[in-house]
Amino acid sequence: MSAAPESLERLIELMARLPGLGPRSARRAVLHLLGKRGQLLLPLAEAMRDAGQNVRDCVICGNVGLADECAICADERRANGQICVVEEVSDLWAMERAGVFKGRYHVLGGTLSALDAIGPDELRIPRLVDRVASEGVTEVILALGATVDGQTTTHYIADRLPDVTVTSLAQGVPVGGELDYLDEGTISAALKARRGL
Amino acid sequence: MIEWRDEGTVLAVRPHGESSAIAEIFTAAHGRHLGLVRGGTSRKAQAALQPGTRVDAHWSARLADHLGAWRLEPVRSRSAVLMSDRLALAGLAAVTALLSRSLPERDAHAPLYARTEALLDLLGQGDVWPLAYLQWELALLEEMGFGLVLDRCAVTGGTDDLAYVSPRSGRAVSRDGAGDWVARLLPLPPVLRGAGEAGAADIVAALGTTGWFVRHRLIGAEVELPPARARLIDEIRRAG
Repeated sequence: MSAAPESLERLIELMARLPGLGPRSARRAVLHLLGKRGQLLLPLAEAMRDAGQNVRDCVICGNVGLADECAICADERRANGQICVVEEVSDLWAMERAGVFKGRYHVLGGTLSALDAIGPDELRIPRLVDRVASEGVTEVILALGATVDGQTTTHYIADRLPDVTVTSLAQGVPVGGELDYLDEGTISAALKARRGL
Repeated sequence: MIEWRDEGTVLAVRPHGESSAIAEIFTAAHGRHLGLVRGGTSRKAQAALQPGTRVDAHWSARLADHLGAWRLEPVRSRSAVLMSDRLALAGLAAVTALLSRSLPERDAHAPLYARTEALLDLLGQGDVWPLAYLQWELALLEEMGFGLVLDRCAVTGGTDDLAYVSPRSGRAVSRDGAGDWVARLLPLPPVLRGAGEAGAADIVAALGTTGWFVRHRLIGAEVELPPARARLIDEIRRAG
């Protein structure tokens, strides 16, 4: 029998479902929150309620935001004719952290996967095709993973966008990377994509 | 503790829990085999766990019927070819999907493993790959016990004018022997018998016939063929 009250057990059980937490670490986290009730527990609960009630998926691109249209889709300055296609919202955030892309995004929600039975209709590919036709898009940048599924999805999308320039991110040596530690596929891709100086 | 070591090719990897993955590997001596890869979702491990990668696989478990755990060492990555070649990418996806769907678990198929490795080694050679893939599908059917017999007519016993395949027996049927059953028979393009042209259209037609047997004999009539195979056929048609 647990020594914790029922409401805390429920909280621990929910926390334990979060990535990176198990039952023991969830218990520690809950005890920590209880120790900082005013500074952490109540603001956290308030922030979670707020997010749960107000955050929604953007109807245009699949990003998350506080309105039907996310801040990026609502910003007219970003309507520069470029759409960057990413797998997940976390990839969009990574691109935004880099701060170099000034166009709009399209979040697919995954990649095509034969084994997991994820087809085009499970992703937002039809919506992307509609956007390209209706938003005056001049270039679609495919920023999908350098995996078999990611590249399969890249080719699939490129085939469905014959009337627009379709590009993909370069593959090669990462910043700070040393050749000795790279796999042969990355080295091969980097060599193929070499450029004159 | 039960353990063994074998060579194999990664067919598929699925996340398991937060940091582990379940890897499905087609091994030379142990067939299609699953196991847990601890830390298999890490960035470092993911590069080695891409479908098509040849690995040195060490499997261990307390009991033989347990899922067990893999220790995998990549021997050969095929990603360099795949990333820039859409036919190769579609081909690899079709091969791994078909093996994953059709092979029974833990049943050794050494000849098919050798054929599969040879086929994957040809990835990137677009001029010969479609025909090699067609022959591999025939080998897959044969290895599973549903090989097509295409050297003589199942009705007349003759060897001339073979134009159809019986979906029931997988045997060739000549135009004379087809009779009133012609509408129920599958086409037999010469390339299926290793004769005639091996152009894209011929290979696509032949894959239509092998596809029927793969679906109805190996996968199950109620289940669709993997979409990856349809994408491969599109790519062969496009390349032709």
